Amino acid sequence: MKNKYLVFFLIMALNATVRAESVFVTLEKDNALAVIDPIAGKLIKTVPVGQRPRGIAISPDNRSLYIATSDENIIKILDVETLKEVGRLPSGEDPETFALNPAGDKLYVSNEDDSLVTVIDIAKKKVVKQITVGVEPEGIAVSPDNKWFVSASETTNMVHWIDTETNAIVENILVDPRPRAVKFTEDSQQLWVTSEMAGTLMILDVKTRQIIKTIKFQVTGLTADKIQPVGVVIDKDNNRGYVALGPANRVAVINAKTFEVEKVLLVGQRVWNLAFSPDQKRLYTTNGTSNDISIIDLENQVVTKSIGVGSYPWGVVVKP
Amino acid sequence: MNMLHYWRAMWGIIGRELWRFITQRERFISALVRPLVWLFVFAAGFRSALGLAITPPYETYILYEVYITPGLIGMIQLFNGMQSSLSMVYDREMGSMRILMVSPLPRWFLLLSKLLAGTGVSILQVYVFLVVAWFYDIHAPWQGYLSILPALILSGLMLGALGLLLSSFIKQLENFAGVMNFVIFPMFFMSTALYPLWKMKESSVPLSIIAQYNPFSQAVELIRFALYGQFNQTAFIYVFVAFLIFMSTAIMGYNPSKGMMMKKGGA
Repeated sequence: MKNKYLVFFLIMALNATVRAESVFVTLEKDNALAVIDPIAGKLIKTVPVGQRPRGIAISPDNRSLYIATSDENIIKILDVETLKEVGRLPSGEDPETFALNPAGDKLYVSNEDDSLVTVIDIAKKKVVKQITVGVEPEGIAVSPDNKWFVSASETTNMVHWIDTETNAIVENILVDPRPRAVKFTEDSQQLWVTSEMAGTLMILDVKTRQIIKTIKFQVTGLTADKIQPVGVVIDKDNNRGYVALGPANRVAVINAKTFEVEKVLLVGQRVWNLAFSPDQKRLYTTNGTSNDISIIDLENQVVTKSIGVGSYPWGVVVKP
Repeated sequence: MNMLHYWRAMWGIIGRELWRFITQRERFISALVRPLVWLFVFAAGFRSALGLAITPPYETYILYEVYITPGLIGMIQLFNGMQSSLSMVYDREMGSMRILMVSPLPRWFLLLSKLLAGTGVSILQVYVFLVVAWFYDIHAPWQGYLSILPALILSGLMLGALGLLLSSFIKQLENFAGVMNFVIFPMFFMSTALYPLWKMKESSVPLSIIAQYNPFSQAVELIRFALYGQFNQTAFIYVFVAFLIFMSTAIMGYNPSKGMMMKKGGA
């Protein structure tokens, strides 16, 4: 009997620790990083990190945070526990978005002003290569099988397929105007690309590297110019994808099998980037101009809470 | 006089009211159509009007139709309260209430039974409305559908008592139009049913003050919080006190020796 209780309490304790995830949000205007406990629904603290922090990533071992402080032209490495700076990476000019490879040893950075993508070796803290891409590169992603990384250039309206072995462009594909975010599915079979100006989501087949489907977003009662898709994430089972619709203040729920938009959920203003909770039961959104994040309960597909975090929340990552 | 008499009289009144409600299909439909028209037509036009602020009990941004739902529940109860006051006038004119009034049971008890009957009808209407709203994607946490019940009873009683009070003033059925113009509409529009207080404050501070002290607003807020499983103490006290005042005044109004009936020469 005693053992039963012990097991019960152990499970409870384990549950409690599993649920104790932290959400990290970069605050572009506050030059700071917000730490949020999403289960309690509370902002825990805000720490200064440097000028204009935007892109953020967490290492696969969940020990380091990488933050692009755009106005300092650097990517900072922070210890997740202490939130103190433990290193810097040379990122090139004005880093905004970047992506980590699955092993967590390389970082790919978009340098918007120079039309470059910088490849950084994290251990050596050195630039491995700079690749010239289209004008204003923004979205960047590495495939989970580590074969490809893609960069989307906003002005050239292209997606550049780059081989991770050679760091050379293999193919350029024209996409809808102002491509913003790119994301591979977990099985590395598809690439999802959002177009800010056309208000669309394009699905590209990785084998052929061509667009296989374009989804146009519509929100009842909103004019098309308000619908500007930005951040995109897809769940690991490839059942549903989620797209932040910018000034439409909504997140679109997309069936990843049929490519139908199942629902649009109202969140804060100018929703920008998205991140899953580790168990993928919740989705966190950064709402740029309402200065908060929204929490979406994915099982019930409802927005449960919005929490004020500070000025211009931009990027978001979650630590289990 | 024993408890059985009381019990029988109360169930007689409640049963009659419920039966009347169920058999009068037009009344059932019209009671439902009114808030639904507001929900589908009026609220649809302002869908994103509130996408800017978060006020309790809400924890995130909501669409206007979600905001207006508790207000429309209040509207159902407000109209129902007034309608049962209308039926009081009717009953008084047609005789059934006159018969009741001469029964040996105390008058306050008969009035309370009448009030409970009206409240029961309004709660039925509210739940049907909530079911329709659910299919229109207006969802509250499931506990909310239970915790709203005590709030509905209290707010139904308060608005019903107001109706009773008014009915003690009304001499004839025709005067009900006056109640519409001078009671229902101002009460509904100058409340938090349609717009939150902060929004009203932006355009008119006096209006927001009136809305704040309007007992109907407090009833709506009590319902709003209860629908999300929360208890709004201020609203509860306000509605409860308003109920006591309206009820006691109505009982006085129906007292043949002192009340309004005397002044009217016994309707």
